[in-house]
Amino acid sequence: MFSAMFGEAWRAMGANRLRTFLTMLGMVIGVGAVVLMMAIGQGAEDSVKKSISSMGSNLFIVLSGPPSSGGARSASGNAATLNVKDANAMSDLDGVIAVAPLSMGNAQVIYAGNNWNTAILGTSPSFLDIRSWSLLDGYAFGLSDMRSATRVALIGTTTAHSLFGDDVDPIGKTIRIKASPFTIIGILESKGQSLDGRDQDDTIIVPLSTAQRKIFGNQIPGSVRQIMVQAESDKVMGMVEDNLNSLLKQRHNIREGAEQDFSVRNLTALAKSAAETTKTMSLLLGAIASVSLLVGGIGIMNIMLVSVTERTREIGIRMAIGARERNILLQFLLEAVVISIVGCLIGIAIGVGGAILVKNLTEASIIISLNAITLAFTVATAVGVFFGFYPAKKAAKLNPIEALRF
Amino acid sequence: MTTVLSKNVISVSHLYKEYYTDAGTFSVLKDVNIDIEAGDFVAIMGPSGSGKSTFMNILGCLDKPSKGDYFLDGQTVANLENDALANLRNKTIGFVFQGFNLLARSSLVDNVALPLVYSGVDKDERTARALKLLEKVGLAKHSASRPNQISGGQQQRVAIARALINNPRLILADEPTGNLDTTTSHEIMMLFNELNQDGITVVLVTHEQDIADHASRQIKFVDGSIVEDVRTKISHSQERH
Repeated sequence: MFSAMFGEAWRAMGANRLRTFLTMLGMVIGVGAVVLMMAIGQGAEDSVKKSISSMGSNLFIVLSGPPSSGGARSASGNAATLNVKDANAMSDLDGVIAVAPLSMGNAQVIYAGNNWNTAILGTSPSFLDIRSWSLLDGYAFGLSDMRSATRVALIGTTTAHSLFGDDVDPIGKTIRIKASPFTIIGILESKGQSLDGRDQDDTIIVPLSTAQRKIFGNQIPGSVRQIMVQAESDKVMGMVEDNLNSLLKQRHNIREGAEQDFSVRNLTALAKSAAETTKTMSLLLGAIASVSLLVGGIGIMNIMLVSVTERTREIGIRMAIGARERNILLQFLLEAVVISIVGCLIGIAIGVGGAILVKNLTEASIIISLNAITLAFTVATAVGVFFGFYPAKKAAKLNPIEALRF
Repeated sequence: MTTVLSKNVISVSHLYKEYYTDAGTFSVLKDVNIDIEAGDFVAIMGPSGSGKSTFMNILGCLDKPSKGDYFLDGQTVANLENDALANLRNKTIGFVFQGFNLLARSSLVDNVALPLVYSGVDKDERTARALKLLEKVGLAKHSASRPNQISGGQQQRVAIARALINNPRLILADEPTGNLDTTTSHEIMMLFNELNQDGITVVLVTHEQDIADHASRQIKFVDGSIVEDVRTKISHSQERH
């Protein structure tokens, strides 16, 4: 019975190929758009998640300079109001497990005939732990290097590649940063892009004291622009933020209500909101694509109504030889569902093909998930049933005599 | 369920059919009473608008009377639900139309087998039974053709084969020869005769006297009432008694 009706539906679709194709096209475009948009959206979400996990967890960054702008001021992080002693004091706070003062800037780096402009980061050994950044090769500098301002450096993979090419092992080689020679003691593991799209591997990390004396030069001794602070867990983030604020106010002699010369930013919260934003974007993409699926459904309903009218006589014949209302209902419903399912399958193929094409052309992160395909398929079938039902019901409710006279 | 103890396939009493329009009530059938025995061959005649087609539609369970009783095979049908009526149309009655009413997109064998789809018969049996009937009406070698590839007379034979597929007790034919030439018409009537000889009750509507002459009993409708009811031959059912 069911297979006979399926055959009927198939024949009915074949009877008017162009019309069936055009009706299907609505579904094809709808499903294709949903699959493609979800692949792009999920890819974006995934790359944000990767950046967040590469950043480290439960992080604060304390910047020198006031938190809000007004009047003519330099950007926060530029005024040197923080120093290494502040960092040491922070590490004694409850809930803080690691603190890394940072001093950064760009500099020209030279090895043999090659030179490269890269981000130089002066920091303490705890920085690598905070960022959960491990080394591909070599070893990290320690506290003794900090004290004696040794000229050692850790090199990111992008910088290493630019300076040394693929054939030379950077470990033990001497490079010049500005005028000073530095020995490379370790290669940093690749981190990929940061949330703001910078290449985190295009960097050189040196001990803070060395950076201040040999690279960045004439600053107030011990002053830093940023201090990175890691809390022990998500729960104590609020408490640590309050403690950091009150500690620095006290140390910098800032009265209640006066303007601060520092700002504390919750990096983890920022990262979470970035993740939320991407998720919303991806939902929005999906929602927009779903509209075309809806339009496709309306197209099916429209054509099914035309088809019921055109085939009124056929319905009459079927009823005269014993078709019940539900037989007619099922027949037209099946036609609508077959159109939407076949359209859906073509749409999935086009969506997946499109996603692979975008991936190859843009090298953007694209994730084609089985979930998205299953969802598109389910929704398409539901659309077929939903929009096919009214025309099918209309057909089933026809009066056999009037239908035969048509 | 009311059961009438008789050998009548059709028993109609005080049957009325009225249509309600803006212009007022319009009576198509007025107090029709008739019994048709099993195995009879009845021709219903009358001018256009005399109500004979409406009467056929009610006999065929396609339409419901406004008033009165209709017993089909001893069972009252006047108040049946749509599904029960569909079941009667499927199994008890075979319909033959003036315009053949075959499905243009389906092959002849599929057309003949179509009622079986709605009786829930599986595909192999459907095809086997349909081929057998196509052979009976002399069209076995055209089984894969479409209706538009054969002549009108052949199409009507296919429609008759379709009407026979569920072994009905009753064949209702509404002007079955109306679209056919004289020779073909008589061939079709011979086929109805054969069916009648096999014991199937045949009721047909026609306005041609020579077609009606094939039947054993002639009933004439004028203005929604029976004005004449003549037995012209001994019916096959009566012969056997």
